[in-house]
Amino acid sequence: MLEVSNIHTFYGDSYILQGVSLGVDKKSIIAILGRNGMGKTTLIRSIIGFTPPREGRITFEQKDITRLPAYKRVDLGIGLVPQGRRIFRSLSVAENLKVAEVKGRTGWTSEKVLSVFPRLQERIDHRGDKLSGGEQQMLAIGRALMTKPSLLLMDEPSEGLAPVLVHVMQESISLLKQEGLSILLVEQSIGVALKVADYVHLLSHGQIAHSLTPEQLEADNEVKLRYLGV
Amino acid sequence: MEFLIMQSFYGFSYGSLLFILSCGFTLIFGVMKFVNMAHASFYLLGGYVGITFLKWIGCTTLSFFLGIIVAAFTIGLLGVFIQRAFCRGLFGQDLPQVLLTLGFALFFDDLVLVVWGGDPVNVAVPEWLKDTLTFSNYHFPIYRLFMISTAVIVAFGLWLLLDRTSFGAKIRATADDEEMAGGVGIKIPLVSAGVFGLAAALAAIAGVVGGGFLSLYPGAGLIMIPLAVAVVIIGGLGSVKGAAAASVLLGLIDSFGKAFLPEFAYFTMYLPMVIILVVRPTGLFGKA
Repeated sequence: MLEVSNIHTFYGDSYILQGVSLGVDKKSIIAILGRNGMGKTTLIRSIIGFTPPREGRITFEQKDITRLPAYKRVDLGIGLVPQGRRIFRSLSVAENLKVAEVKGRTGWTSEKVLSVFPRLQERIDHRGDKLSGGEQQMLAIGRALMTKPSLLLMDEPSEGLAPVLVHVMQESISLLKQEGLSILLVEQSIGVALKVADYVHLLSHGQIAHSLTPEQLEADNEVKLRYLGV
Repeated sequence: MEFLIMQSFYGFSYGSLLFILSCGFTLIFGVMKFVNMAHASFYLLGGYVGITFLKWIGCTTLSFFLGIIVAAFTIGLLGVFIQRAFCRGLFGQDLPQVLLTLGFALFFDDLVLVVWGGDPVNVAVPEWLKDTLTFSNYHFPIYRLFMISTAVIVAFGLWLLLDRTSFGAKIRATADDEEMAGGVGIKIPLVSAGVFGLAAALAAIAGVVGGGFLSLYPGAGLIMIPLAVAVVIIGGLGSVKGAAAASVLLGLIDSFGKAFLPEFAYFTMYLPMVIILVVRPTGLFGKA
């Protein structure tokens, strides 16, 4: 459903993505792993439209979206759980969900989001900047689901979470897959990706250095050491 | 005592006018990070639209209030047009924003001179608004009470819009993090045009209400701009609450300053701005 073909993305004058190609099929989870500063977040930013690529093409459901503004990509069915969560701080939990609601197609509603994350129900009137890190992460996921996406981009959803919450996160990702969503998951740590992904790409210096199954990655200590430092 | 009450009343009513003028200015600043130096041109043009409308239809109570709505609507549309046609590509570029909108301010000043002439004029006001309300020794001009009421209505309306509607929540989300707002599907061009149009309409309301109280002439807008800037700096960029507090503060300072130190009238208005910039640069209600 998502096809990224040979994109080159710059951040100011720095040349970050140097010819990345990958695809995401329906109902699959693709993980992008790599160390800090290798271009993982830039890849997500290119796909959502925050930092469009200078060269190359991105298509979503056979539609060329390379030059579309972000809000139009969201309208087509791409949801974003951004790095650092980026909850709207002056909005309440309820409002954070409400502003992201895309009308006109079936999918997630705030009732459904709140039933999956009951903790958010308890905090429904609290402002975004009064939430804990774990609550913010749940809200970031819930907010992205309100856009009724068919593809979800998740940029380091387990970053900064306590181990027990990382486990919760992993379960919600599996649940979303069962619901029929495709997910492009960016992670720095290998744990969650190995458990949920169908396929893994390793990103190094703006290029895909290796593509393999989680099982192959699990078994390959040299690749793990070289590209992930573990 | 009488002096104290009357000066406070004058200050409060003048502050009300400042609030109606500057709340739109701070909204554009806060939501779109856009410095609109042409904001006071919307005030001026709004006033002249009111004058022309009332000259054409005759001044009655009904037509006066209708004039306010007509001016708000016309100038609101002009604001949307200017935003869509000229301002879209200037996100985050302070200097081009200032140059472009300052250019518009000068252009509109000359336009006013060509269309309406250079003599100071006032908006026609229904007779009952020119009256005074008397309580024992105190004589309150009804027009000043009307200015205060208008400011209260504007403040309440803005609160309803920003805090109680989903469009308002989208405006606040865009102010918090514009890029991320786009990332959850909020139509940024619609929010920008809406806020710009709303701000222009509010300035036009200030123009009609203020034009019944202060004279309008080419250049009257450029005199109001520094006051609006002072309100925004003292209140905090983007804070409507801050704009309300700062407007009242400046109104009171102006009123008492003119009474005690008439020679320093302009100095006293900007002194609090300087103090705030030194002591608390984010303003009274501003975010860091």
